[in-house]
Amino acid sequence: MLIDITRLAMIGLVRLLVGAHPRWVGAAPSVAQSIYFTNHTSHLDTLALWVALPAAIRAKTRPVAAKDYWGRGKIKRFIVLKVLNAVLIDREVSRHSDPLEPLLAALAAGDSLILFPEGTRKAQAEPSDFKGGLYHLAEAFPHVKLIPVYLDTLHRCMPKGSYLPVPLICTVRFGATLTWQADEHKKAFLTRARAAILSLI
Amino acid sequence: MLTHFSNTLETLDPTHKFYGLIGAVAALLFIASIVGWALKRQLLAKNNPSEKSLKLINNLISRVNAWWMMVAILIIAFLAGKLGTIILFGFISYFALREFMTLTPTRAGDHRTLSLAFFLLIPLHYYLIYTDWYGLFSVLIPVYAFLLMPSISVLAQDTEHFLERAAKIQWGVMISIYCISHAPALLLLPITNFEGQNTLLLFYFLLIVQLSDVLQYVFGNLFGKTKVAPIVSPNKTLEGLIGGGLSSILVGAGLWWITPFTPLQSAGMAAVIVIMGFLGGLVMSAIKRSLGAKDWGNMIEGHGGMLDRVDSVSFAAPIFFHLVRYYFTP
Repeated sequence: MLIDITRLAMIGLVRLLVGAHPRWVGAAPSVAQSIYFTNHTSHLDTLALWVALPAAIRAKTRPVAAKDYWGRGKIKRFIVLKVLNAVLIDREVSRHSDPLEPLLAALAAGDSLILFPEGTRKAQAEPSDFKGGLYHLAEAFPHVKLIPVYLDTLHRCMPKGSYLPVPLICTVRFGATLTWQADEHKKAFLTRARAAILSLI
Repeated sequence: MLTHFSNTLETLDPTHKFYGLIGAVAALLFIASIVGWALKRQLLAKNNPSEKSLKLINNLISRVNAWWMMVAILIIAFLAGKLGTIILFGFISYFALREFMTLTPTRAGDHRTLSLAFFLLIPLHYYLIYTDWYGLFSVLIPVYAFLLMPSISVLAQDTEHFLERAAKIQWGVMISIYCISHAPALLLLPITNFEGQNTLLLFYFLLIVQLSDVLQYVFGNLFGKTKVAPIVSPNKTLEGLIGGGLSSILVGAGLWWITPFTPLQSAGMAAVIVIMGFLGGLVMSAIKRSLGAKDWGNMIEGHGGMLDRVDSVSFAAPIFFHLVRYYFTP
């Protein structure tokens, strides 16, 4: 009950702030298990993409959030774990555990994911180079659809270090599924994945 | 007979006039919905309906549907009283400014200025209307915000395109907040012998402005040949302007009984609203194009964005407000 109300309030608030209108440029929306990977420019990114998804897809899609930031505090934990149903990952690399493990578990359970392959936020229109995570997930689950998404404007809404957002309309553009090629090298794959986002600008 | 009828209209109490108008607008929309439905049926019955006409009719239908929604929201706000109306227009300003700033290239140095424009200036400006503080209402944006907004931006020490950025923010704030707010500001005018009826005047203003837009579109689609400004706004035609404009002025004259005007004055006021609305549509279209867009947004199905719907309001409202204030208040 409380979760549903908070969820509706958050969807309303995000729409009021940045619109988050979806544009399915490359393919029609589908409930098939997918990894939505997108450029990372602000704190609003996850929410904008999550709100832009049709409700049926949103219900089975889990954002990926950093444990060191979102894992602390009662309210933050409630929003991230209950309302958004996010998967928390450890950004601090440790020798004993694979940081991708929670993501692999979520994919094995049949969930879809929202992923930022750049890792950190950059207040710029174009994404910087991708880290390897996306490749490893795709390699482990080659049947999961890889859908490139471009979030425009958000780098102007809430650049790093700002407390108040500026309400600007963000269009969420979903591109065509990126095909998995088994013999492709990691670097070539990541370049191609990044290019798929660039082509949506 | 006619004088008797018009005397009866004039002596109706404001509430009855208000409900009468709502009824008339609903009837108009009802007719429009039926026409749209009939046209579509007729077109689909043909063997090979042309893509272009189908698109036109579908756009017509979604426009009418959006009108039902907009009229419903407006009436709820009116029924909620002065506060409801002011909050509604506050949100209209917010959405208009959001569209304007989305298309305007601003830089990180403008961030704080823009946040304050949205979250401080809009509420403050509308609060002044709510408290009938005309003096500060009229200078808050042209004087205080004009000087303080670039002063906040300058602290970021980014001189790249500084004048352009400051000027564009200024324009967005003037159009989206200051100009549009002159419509609900009609509520604060102490008009002679018109106490408690200002909502009717606001209704009159919005009706003429929007009817003029709609009728120009209808006349333009039916008889339009001569384009007025093909580069700025390819849909505006001379036939549309004259046909739509004159019929709106006629309707304006016929609605004198909900205003403080005589029928002739009411026709004159409607003419001013029509002309300013037309110019507003033209100027805002040129701005939109110079920013590289065709529509301001896609908030209102079939119409485009909020600014596509209120561009004429933003130009007509301040002039109408000041004419009423000059001639009809003590």
